[in-house]
Amino acid sequence: MAATVTDGITATFERIARFDPLLHCVLGLLEASALESAKRLDEIRQTGAVPGPLNGMPIAIKDNICLDVGMTTCGSRMLANFRSPYNAHVVERLLAAGAIPVCKTNLDEFAMGGSTENSGFFPTRNPWNPDHVPGGSSGGSAAAVAARLVPYALGSETGGSVRQPAAFCGICGLKPSYGRVSRYGLVAFGSSLDQVGVFATDVPGLATVLGVIAGHDPRDSTSVAAPVPDFVRTLNEPIGPLRIGIAPEYFGAGLDPEVRAAVEAALEVYRTLGAEVHEVRLPHASYTIACYYILCTAEASSNLARFDGVRYGHRTARPADYIDLYSASRAEGFGPEVKRRIMLGTYVLSSGYYDAYYLKALKVRTLIRNDFLAALSHCDVILSPTTPTPAFRLGEKTADPLQMYLMDIYNCGANLAGIPAVSIPCGFTRAGLPIGLQLMAAPFAEGRMLQIAHAYQQVTDHHFRKPPICAG
Amino acid sequence: MPGGIDEQQVRHIAHLARLRLSDAEVVQFGGQLGAILEYMKQLNEVDTAGVEPTAHPLPVHSVFREDEPADPLGVARVLANAPEAAGAYFKVPKVLEQGSA
Repeated sequence: MAATVTDGITATFERIARFDPLLHCVLGLLEASALESAKRLDEIRQTGAVPGPLNGMPIAIKDNICLDVGMTTCGSRMLANFRSPYNAHVVERLLAAGAIPVCKTNLDEFAMGGSTENSGFFPTRNPWNPDHVPGGSSGGSAAAVAARLVPYALGSETGGSVRQPAAFCGICGLKPSYGRVSRYGLVAFGSSLDQVGVFATDVPGLATVLGVIAGHDPRDSTSVAAPVPDFVRTLNEPIGPLRIGIAPEYFGAGLDPEVRAAVEAALEVYRTLGAEVHEVRLPHASYTIACYYILCTAEASSNLARFDGVRYGHRTARPADYIDLYSASRAEGFGPEVKRRIMLGTYVLSSGYYDAYYLKALKVRTLIRNDFLAALSHCDVILSPTTPTPAFRLGEKTADPLQMYLMDIYNCGANLAGIPAVSIPCGFTRAGLPIGLQLMAAPFAEGRMLQIAHAYQQVTDHHFRKPPICAG
Repeated sequence: MPGGIDEQQVRHIAHLARLRLSDAEVVQFGGQLGAILEYMKQLNEVDTAGVEPTAHPLPVHSVFREDEPADPLGVARVLANAPEAAGAYFKVPKVLEQGSA
């Protein structure tokens, strides 16, 4: 007897119940609505109607993406009881394709962090070793896919928050070009950097979900009217001449030797596939973190001003006056990293400092973007490690915020430049922790980039490996 | 680029950001922000003479729509998450008779 959608969804919730007490991926379960959707899809299937491309597939959704069922907390006590009145654009697209959201996943609060330890509720654990972080900010989504609780998940990127957890969790994570996917319903952190991203266990999974969520949305004025190619079809088209760019700036000090070895081995695989390797230079790479953290915190200070206890979210119990209403509500609702970033952003935008910090960083951003565009005119993709180290231990980086920021060194450039980037598994450390390979491509070249990533997976098997705890 | 951040500046920034901080937080954030801002100083090394700023990476400008009313969310949904509401209004403490913010 063929399995029904209801069977699949029921099995998904059983699996979540079995593994989530260890992993803590889930902030909210959507059992009632998911089973109702499953029942409806099974009935439609009986009529012989053609199912959508994601028909009946369970999907996890990062909790900073608005869903009109359950809560949308952004991992923050500020929004612990917030019920979104609408669905994000990407959610509408998934629903139209027949996907079934089964849970909202944990994240660093308001997407600010690289380990999911900044969640206002609890940290998520890496399925490969529960003493280690899953990465962040989309740690819950990454862990859920890595543990095979769901085949697909949505995350979001502002400075690597899909690619880095994908690398730490041994799965595939995609950041589309800025403007490729509508941000309507993605709670804003850094509006010129934010993009909804995709997690899957293989590149065809990324291509399938991207094809569903990409495309123009008049409700997001930064979404681009460019036509959406068939990303799945182009995966298997002949790859033709292949040029891989290597930037020495991404292979310098601070790169873990096991990560370096795995990425160099991956480059050799591409050579055997006939790739030409070109050295490219990204001369402003060392300024990426400073530039990124000035701009993202400036934008965050503006975007998070709306959380003032007036219309939604936490309100302080006994405000002394209307200023206190804002100040106390925000002090009580936000965690320390969010406060730190709001303060930093406020400082760099304040009178007397705006030119020296914010305007300067905007100009450095131009130079960083130009570096990428120039480099990518000489190659199809730039290949690098996704992260300088494998997943670190819980608590290892929480004492010094700057040390945590420096982990983003290979990721933020793509967000600043607005280019697409992907992380795929390329090996494991001796201790059994995953290692991620990053590819970056020119604006709107996701199709070519995914084709090149897929070619690697056709001749390697790292992406088939599952965490030991999930063998059952 | 100016460096360091003293307690008075931290309190000023916290006020601009409408974030009430404890005395301990003022000290802690002051130290952390100071270290981060020190790191940011390296952008001074970059020659940006004649470089245009990039506010966002797309060559997209002035995206407009026709000035036609769309379906509103509706008062019920808008007020659904309100900490305090009265009729069709969000309810807040008195705003008038305050000193300059």
